[in-house]
Amino acid sequence: MAIPSASLIHARGLTKKFGGFTAVDAIDFDVAPGESFGFLGPNGAGKTSAMRMIACVSPMSGGTLTVLGMDPLADGPRIRARIGVVPQQDTLDMELTVRENLSIYGRYFGLSRPVIRQRVDELLDFVQLTERSGDQVEPLSGGMKRRLTIARSLVNEPDLLLLDEPTTGLDPQARHLLWDRLYRLKQKGVTLVLTTHYMDEAEQLCDRLVVMDKAKIVAEGSPRQLIEEHSTREVLEMRFPVGVQETLDGQLDDLGDRVEHLPDRVLVYTDDGDGAATIAHERGLRPEMVLVRRSSLEDVFLRLTGRSLVD
Amino acid sequence: MAVPAVRVLEHELLVYRRVWRGSIFSSFLSPVLYLAAMGLGLGSLVDAGSGSGAGAGSASGAALAGVSYLAFLAPGLLAATAMQTAAGESTFPIMAGLVWVKSFHGMTATPIQPADVVLGKLTYIGLRLLLVVGVFFVVTVLFGAVAGPGAVLAVPAALLTGLAFAAPIAAYSATQRDANGFNALFRFGVIPLFLFSGTFFPIEQLPDILQAVARITPLWHGVDLCRSLALGTAEPVPTAIHVVYLGTMTAVGVAAALVTFRRRLVR
Repeated sequence: MAIPSASLIHARGLTKKFGGFTAVDAIDFDVAPGESFGFLGPNGAGKTSAMRMIACVSPMSGGTLTVLGMDPLADGPRIRARIGVVPQQDTLDMELTVRENLSIYGRYFGLSRPVIRQRVDELLDFVQLTERSGDQVEPLSGGMKRRLTIARSLVNEPDLLLLDEPTTGLDPQARHLLWDRLYRLKQKGVTLVLTTHYMDEAEQLCDRLVVMDKAKIVAEGSPRQLIEEHSTREVLEMRFPVGVQETLDGQLDDLGDRVEHLPDRVLVYTDDGDGAATIAHERGLRPEMVLVRRSSLEDVFLRLTGRSLVD
Repeated sequence: MAVPAVRVLEHELLVYRRVWRGSIFSSFLSPVLYLAAMGLGLGSLVDAGSGSGAGAGSASGAALAGVSYLAFLAPGLLAATAMQTAAGESTFPIMAGLVWVKSFHGMTATPIQPADVVLGKLTYIGLRLLLVVGVFFVVTVLFGAVAGPGAVLAVPAALLTGLAFAAPIAAYSATQRDANGFNALFRFGVIPLFLFSGTFFPIEQLPDILQAVARITPLWHGVDLCRSLALGTAEPVPTAIHVVYLGTMTAVGVAAALVTFRRRLVR
């Protein structure tokens, strides 16, 4: 177990209740300096509630939590002075310019105007918005707004950056650009904590993650560890013509360690995907589509919860 | 005021800087139109009908405290305008900060606390009110509807009237999920007050029972305070009652807003 004082975030039995509803149910985790840590789980798993408690904008209902060695209940403003927050929904000022959005945010942290001016220039460059600095925010694309929100969260040079669903709703190109920027921050030693329901995002960005489902942590580890522990090396995916899947009658069940019947395809978990595909063919099965791939976090989640991450 | 609240005010002023020209123009235009149409136009009928000009001593003239209808109307309208500005500024912009744009959530992710948001926002509304009633007063002077230099006291009186509405309405707005409740607030609150709190005619013209109701409404206190100061007829006791009434409403409103904003922003 990690030593609390060495952790940027230390949580034991952390719980959040809204009336009779338990959003976060006694979770334990530690985040070390320089680490990039993720909460992976479907919508409603309790990721955002956990993040809001860390961000000191939501008092916990039970357990213990220290952030940067301080108590969120007693030292909220002092903690918030040293963290950056990228909320799920952008909270940018639409009628202000890109530059004004950054400078006013710097003022919230009590930074002096000369310091703000210099940082804003650097941040605009970092998120590639220098050319749009004088433009109003309203007409910017979703990806640009997201980058501006990230720049804004960095204006106080935070020790800890909290990102809630950083790329949800963005197109693939915008997501990759954003991941690249976040990867650079990670390289600079910024501690990242993010929530996501995208396994590719978790695999790209997280050194270590916890899988959350129904308010609880169901697994913890690096993406690789989790895949090794909870899934096989390869997955054979087969899609059958409509109606055929229901008539298979367990003909696939011995092909791998485990077989998952999803509505649109069958997944066979095995260390030898091609071998399993060959046997299926020999049995006279003729799927419309056959794909052998490596196991992903999606498979881990399916294994742990019996459900897909993205519905 | 705590330093972080000043940063909230700074934000509001930065946003206001984008719209100040149009805003000042309309705060100028609105009293011009009202005072011309009602004060001069309708007022010429009122004054002729009562057989009273400025300062004349007929019976109806006494109902208007013995002044022209324009001079009677102007300070009442000043107070009513403060109320309307306050109601406008403490409804939709609060909903924008909490729900539509969530700029208040952005603020409270930094060292700024919900209480700073309340104090910064209300200070901004106070400055907006000062601007609106200040411009209104200048227009009144231009219309020649001011008795003497003492009339300038109607400006802080109107500011207080506005704050007495702004603080509790802001507190109420922070309990709303959408803007639906605002329609009721304007339809059943702001507009009836505007019409029946002595802005356009002395409440003595109302049936006794409604007169009693009018006397407990906050706008009547604001109107009577502004009018008595503008016309130089203010008496110490009623003035003190008006100021304490409006001051208490402001204080209770601020206290309530501190609670409702916190409940909304820290969950």
